[in-house]
Amino acid sequence: MQLQHAENVHARRPARRGLGPQARREEREFYLFISPWIIGFVLFGAGPIIASAVISLTNWSLLSSPRWAGLANYRRLAVDPLFFITLKNTLIYAIGSVGLGVVTAFLLALLLNQKVWGMAFFRTIFYLPSVVSGIAVALLWVNIFHPDFGLINYALSWIGIQGPGWLTSPSWAMPALIIMSLWGAGAGMVIYLAGLQSIPEHLYEAAALDGAGPLRKFWHVTIPMMSPVIFFNMIVGFIGSLQAFVLIFVMTNGGPANSTLVYGLYLFRNAFQYFDMGYASAMAWVLFIVIMIITAVQFRVAKRWVYYEGGLRD
Amino acid sequence: MNISQSRRAGTLARLTQVRGGMRTAQRLHQIMVYGLLFSLGVVFILPFMWMISTSLKQSQDVFTFPPQFLPTSFEWRNYVTGWTRLPFNTFLLNSIVVTSANVLGNLISCSLVAYGFARLRARGRDVLFLLLLGTLMIPREVTIIPAFILFTKLKLVNTLWPLILPAWFGYPFFIFLLRQFFMTIPHDLDEAARIDGAGSFRIFTNIILPLSKPALGTVAIFAFIGNWNNLLDPLIYLRSTEKYTLPIGLNLFRGQHVTVFNELMAVSIIQLLPILIIFFLAQKYFVRGVALSGMGGR
Repeated sequence: MQLQHAENVHARRPARRGLGPQARREEREFYLFISPWIIGFVLFGAGPIIASAVISLTNWSLLSSPRWAGLANYRRLAVDPLFFITLKNTLIYAIGSVGLGVVTAFLLALLLNQKVWGMAFFRTIFYLPSVVSGIAVALLWVNIFHPDFGLINYALSWIGIQGPGWLTSPSWAMPALIIMSLWGAGAGMVIYLAGLQSIPEHLYEAAALDGAGPLRKFWHVTIPMMSPVIFFNMIVGFIGSLQAFVLIFVMTNGGPANSTLVYGLYLFRNAFQYFDMGYASAMAWVLFIVIMIITAVQFRVAKRWVYYEGGLRD
Repeated sequence: MNISQSRRAGTLARLTQVRGGMRTAQRLHQIMVYGLLFSLGVVFILPFMWMISTSLKQSQDVFTFPPQFLPTSFEWRNYVTGWTRLPFNTFLLNSIVVTSANVLGNLISCSLVAYGFARLRARGRDVLFLLLLGTLMIPREVTIIPAFILFTKLKLVNTLWPLILPAWFGYPFFIFLLRQFFMTIPHDLDEAARIDGAGSFRIFTNIILPLSKPALGTVAIFAFIGNWNNLLDPLIYLRSTEKYTLPIGLNLFRGQHVTVFNELMAVSIIQLLPILIIFFLAQKYFVRGVALSGMGGR
């Protein structure tokens, strides 16, 4: 008994072939403990994935039984002009909001990392907007972007600029959404701040001894040490923004003139307004594949710029 | 003398020379940092102020040029009239039911599963864990349609169940977060308890859970915010007004009463209030949670 316990502590390799009653009990317990997730995985994870692949090969409005359609839905996608518009809009939104978001969050973190008095206070102010995001915030920004009475165009009028129509203008609605997304940069800032504070001081001291000024310290110490965190957040942020839906649904609902019609919104319309389940499922699968390709590309590019202490981790 | 040595010597000389001017340079740096912090702080806080100010204005003062920063009179009744234009009490109740059921369900199911993955040995465990991590990659769009069909077949559309049930079957991200935390708890504690005759479930409830309050707090807060703000699922599943939650109620309000923007802001503030209160009471849980989830690359 005792001996087996001692083994339990140290050996965390997979259980051996000839299982004793003890190990067998532990195995039963393991499956009992994780059973909620197993059920969830079948009902809301793996099951839906397979189902969605099958549904994408049918025409199904939920009212009648599904009709086999083969690859017709995918062929339809290939000639659907709206599909390509949404792809373009989504990529613009993702690149704009993630790119500017990373820069903004990183600059805020650098600023807060200056060992200033009242750091906690400013951190709270910058962080708060990212926490409250939701429909209430979307409605607020509709007002802030108001062409005639909004705060932004008022501020622009101070410096003599006649602001655009923002959410009512096909060319400015997308930039408006990206600007608004920057208000939520505080979440990234908190992450980068934690990362900055965990960079060992001796690296900076060594760099200073070698005569590095602030800029070179930043470029040769801060950036390499932070690159894994930046990379991780870029991937997560990019995947998240490809699925952006709620804020855009509330603020522009895809308009004006489809200029903010993003992928998630178009998919939602096909599924839950036109009840074209087959077509919407095909869209979902294309999105899945696009996400996997983009993530793979990001990982490949990352080899050139992401620095892992002690070599690449698995 | 090689180059780097001479550079070092030069730096030292410069350091001693410059020490006098250092203080002014430092002060200048500080002034710049504070200047930036304050102006950015204003930019970040202004929308909130604007929201509060708008919610207290009279209707005719909402859309003016130049914008009025402070209301001429404080119309607190906007909060009452806005709240009573639609059955917001019902929406609030539904939101409370959905959110608390989700928080509870996530805490229970995710901690059970996380304990299994963190502490119990079994064949297939590592493969299953990889599978769990894999599901983090799947976009919601892929699973949302089959889930809708499933709930349609179960005749649960237009009830709160589709918003509640999934939380009781574990949420991969929370499982991952809790499992990482459980792994940091020393094994000696469970082993000692096991020698005293405690089974796995006792160890889970009496040792692991009490030691994991910070991680459980983070999960509870994330689950709370995610569900309190959830608009997508109510849009898909809820049809009749008496089933609505606060976010979709706000959306309805916006559609029906475009003209009373001051009241819309007032109701929006009420909806945000619980999140603001939790944020100020438990900011460290937020920060820890975000840092935990975002530092994954390290």
